[in-house]
Amino acid sequence: MNVTLLFLAVIGAIIAWWLAGQRLTSKPWLEASPVKTATGLEEPPAPAIKIGLYVFLGVVGALFSLFISAYFMRMASSDWWGMPVPGLLWVNTALLAASSAALQWAKNEAHHGSMENLRPALAAGLLLAALFLAGQIEAWRELNAAGYVLADNPANSFFYMLTGLHGLHILGGLAVTGRTTVRAFAADLPPAQLSLSIDLCTLYSHFMLAVFLILFALFAGWANDFVDLCRQLLS
Amino acid sequence: MVEIPAGSAHAVPAAEVEDMELYHPKSWWTKYVFSQDAKIIAVQYSVTALSIGLVALVLSWLMRLQLAFPGYFAFIDADHYYQFITMHGMIMVVYLLTALFLGGFGNYLIPLMVGARDMVFPYANMLSYWIYLLAVLILVAGFFAPGGPTGAGWTLYPPQSVLSGTPGGQNWGILLMLSSLIVFIIGFTMGGLNYVVTVLQGRARGMTLMRMPLTVWGIFTATVMALLAFPALFVACVMMLFDRLLGTSFFLPAIVEMGTQLQHGGGSPILFQHLFWFFGHPEVYIVALPAFGIVSDLISTHARKNIFGYRMMVWAIVIIAALSFVVWAHHMYVSGMNPAFGFFFATTTLIIAVPTAIKVYNWVLTLWRGDIHLTLPMLFALAFIVTFVNGGLTGLFLGNVVVDVPLSDTMFVVAHFHMVMGVAPILVVFGAIYHWYPKVTGRLLNDVLGHIHYWVTFLGAYAIFFPMHYLGLLGVPRRYYEIGETSFVPPSAHTLNIFITVMALVVGAAQMVFLLNLIWSLFRGREAGGNPWRATTLEWQTPQTPPAHGNWGKELPVVYRWAYDYSVPGAPEDFIPQTQPATDGVTREIMA
Repeated sequence: MNVTLLFLAVIGAIIAWWLAGQRLTSKPWLEASPVKTATGLEEPPAPAIKIGLYVFLGVVGALFSLFISAYFMRMASSDWWGMPVPGLLWVNTALLAASSAALQWAKNEAHHGSMENLRPALAAGLLLAALFLAGQIEAWRELNAAGYVLADNPANSFFYMLTGLHGLHILGGLAVTGRTTVRAFAADLPPAQLSLSIDLCTLYSHFMLAVFLILFALFAGWANDFVDLCRQLLS
Repeated sequence: MVEIPAGSAHAVPAAEVEDMELYHPKSWWTKYVFSQDAKIIAVQYSVTALSIGLVALVLSWLMRLQLAFPGYFAFIDADHYYQFITMHGMIMVVYLLTALFLGGFGNYLIPLMVGARDMVFPYANMLSYWIYLLAVLILVAGFFAPGGPTGAGWTLYPPQSVLSGTPGGQNWGILLMLSSLIVFIIGFTMGGLNYVVTVLQGRARGMTLMRMPLTVWGIFTATVMALLAFPALFVACVMMLFDRLLGTSFFLPAIVEMGTQLQHGGGSPILFQHLFWFFGHPEVYIVALPAFGIVSDLISTHARKNIFGYRMMVWAIVIIAALSFVVWAHHMYVSGMNPAFGFFFATTTLIIAVPTAIKVYNWVLTLWRGDIHLTLPMLFALAFIVTFVNGGLTGLFLGNVVVDVPLSDTMFVVAHFHMVMGVAPILVVFGAIYHWYPKVTGRLLNDVLGHIHYWVTFLGAYAIFFPMHYLGLLGVPRRYYEIGETSFVPPSAHTLNIFITVMALVVGAAQMVFLLNLIWSLFRGREAGGNPWRATTLEWQTPQTPPAHGNWGKELPVVYRWAYDYSVPGAPEDFIPQTQPATDGVTREIMA
């Protein structure tokens, strides 16, 4: 459960940092006083939906870190045979990264208020993510055909389960990005109105890319080397 | 004495959120059924949770009947007994307590107490309830499925939970249970995002975190915990579904079942236990923290005194939440894990008693020289303190490895966790319902029925669970369908078992009085007015009772003070609502 505890430590640090700014040592019973209005004093608060997304990503992060913890714990048993990483996964990684980059581009365009580049950028992000999913399914088929079936070995089981779960998350992201794209194409909205949606899609996309990179490192075995190194350092 | 200059105000974070655009229902259906109003959703959550809780109550009766009169009731065979245990436990912990505290009280109280018009994502909030209902229906479907519900015990430990020897293991039972939990977690996440973000972003002007009532602190912190802990259960359920349906071996070792070698091999049942308890222990506090918060507010309001050590109370909540993530393996002392781990987890477990004890002392000190009104909410709050201390103390016993190992499989553990996370939180649930029912319906609950309910429940719960500790110390094992003849269980233990069962039936019957009261008072209860308890917090300051859609009429409230200004010296009344400004240059005199 070390991975999970590490993840929780990070979340805990974020919460502690946030709480540190909340005047937890104040004495509210001494403060019966009017409050200053925040106008002109503070930046406008972040939109609720953005905070909501951050919290949601925290939940998704917890989910994957728990799966990864389980991965390492299960790996310790003797029946574990690592499986080869299909070459296609490199292509898929590139696709996902490109999708993320395209969305980042769309985000920048939206901030600059330019509509001409925003639409193709969004569409490219969407298409590349869809291609990534198709690529993942193809990778599954290749592996299956090569005899690496789900129930054969825990390494295989984890591979299919984790990539499947990641794929489902990408699918959810696709649905939202798709809606945003349709909105961008359908009406002559000012980019400012799309800006928030695009921000959120980009953030989500970057996060899922990061998750995928970690999973890839896990499947390719680099993470194991890293963990071994940590173990050696500890012992 | 400290004089407070009026200029000691500070900028308020996140309070300038503009009025949100609320969805305005157009028909009866969208107003009362597919409602996006947190208050309606709260009632829907509460009614569903209490209904399924009733089912679990009946299941406990059936179990008790079997234990007191083994073999007398032909329809309770061993399989059924285990199914009753499993469903009783899971329903009570997840589908009743978690859903009621967070989905029920959270939805009703968070927006009202922080001064928001509604939750920040009303649509997701609505979905959250309907997904929860779906989870409940899937769970209930287990009773009607071929082979019945799972009988794996509420902890669902593999490998037994998916083998044919366990009821529902190779049937629908375990599948429905796992699916129901997965659906529940998805639904909860939607609600949980709402509770957290509403507290973060939806607070009224002037409502700093340190002015929030402890109820909100408790529910808020518990929700953050639940959002981080429920994924562990989700992971465990998904992996077990894979094992059961797709033939993987995450949890299942090589097994010979009825002479046949199964296809599984190499899996780790301990891995499941780690995942389950990584959820399971925080779950105890997910239920307890809202109860802590609510009880603080009940005591302060009904003792007409500010809560003692507000800051300590807040810090204790946060510290308990953090610690509860590093104690999970104290549920696994007997799993054969490394003894060094046992030492670590025993230490963290005992450390958690420190912030918890701080809370108990602060409740007692709040009562000290207070103007105690023995209203029903106060009675339930007092009962909670006593019960929680009792249950908590046996927790200190069990937290030690050497004591836990011999007691682990006995009735002592059953008595402990029922006291601390069964009876104690449910007493708070009752207290809270007596307290807030007038806000929800505009009418007070009947006092006579309430007192019958209170005394039978409180004393009855002790009659049930106190002797159970003794049975445990005798060595009476838990999880056994029938004990049969043993050398170490004296005949008197059987007499005691009969006594416990009779009391369980009586306490159960008292809950029917409560139900009757809920329904009767809805129509015939005394009119409560807007603020029957003369309380300070925002929910009692709404322009209408019950609060209308949008809660606050035209203008959002502005908060000028903390939530516990009771019996302030020099004030004309013994409470000052949070919305009342410090006018006419009155500098408050406070004992520093």
